[in-house]
Amino acid sequence: MAVAGSTEAQLLEALRAGDEAAFAQLVREYQPSLVRVARIYVSTQAAAEEVAAETWLAVLNGLDRFEGRSSLKTWIFRILTNIAKTRAQRDGRTLPFSALQDPGRVPEAALDADRFLDPQHPRWPGHWAVRPEPWPEDALIAAETQAVVAEAIEALPPAQRAVISLRDVEGWSSEEVRNALELSETNQRVLLHRARSKVRRALESYLGEDT
Amino acid sequence: MSQDTAQLSCQELVELVTDYFEGALPPGEHARFEAHVERCRGCGVYLEQMRTTIRLLGHLPVDELPAGAELELLEAFRGWRSC
Repeated sequence: MAVAGSTEAQLLEALRAGDEAAFAQLVREYQPSLVRVARIYVSTQAAAEEVAAETWLAVLNGLDRFEGRSSLKTWIFRILTNIAKTRAQRDGRTLPFSALQDPGRVPEAALDADRFLDPQHPRWPGHWAVRPEPWPEDALIAAETQAVVAEAIEALPPAQRAVISLRDVEGWSSEEVRNALELSETNQRVLLHRARSKVRRALESYLGEDT
Repeated sequence: MSQDTAQLSCQELVELVTDYFEGALPPGEHARFEAHVERCRGCGVYLEQMRTTIRLLGHLPVDELPAGAELELLEAFRGWRSC
């Protein structure tokens, strides 16, 4: 998704000309995502915000060198990732790169095993033991339900939180997310699946309370 | 049915939902997935709930930038411009 209302070329031109409104537009569009992605690498919100601020300076200083071989968005997020990695190293943080490079290594089921019958069950192996019940439509539009979704996202591990926020909340394509986070297709799907499964679980537990 | 041995269990199916949505299942697996959902009420509901979850995520307000943060960044921008 391009920054609303202007093409990337127009935006670049405005930025290079020192147009503050263009910069403000870009900041509003990407700053929350930059901070969220930085949190994959650094351990505190404050450090992530510093990484994002440093990124903007690097972006401005690099504008003249940006040749448009990738999208502006991808370029900005690559800069962020590099700065975040450097920062994490400096902070002596053992990097949880496996969260991005090998998320499948640690198994994580969408649902607890006790929701299903035993895989060796003679008649219904792995079938639902406790079937999900349809959700009440009217509860879905309630503000409280939105709050449950927002809380569930915040509770996710940083890599899952970044992927689900970019894909499902911000509406980025799978390719854009893979480029920004330097993720393989499979790993992006693993992170997205785990994140969505947990948000669904939070909704189920909230919406099922009254039934 | 002759393909019974190759059927997906419900427990397996819930792990394939994102691959299914993303069009990442191989054709045979895709067909097995849909055949299962068609005759399994629990999985039908589950799939619908995952769709609803994605829809709700898409309706969340995108994070607003705290006013202070924006001002600080604009300040930095002015500093950069005057260099």
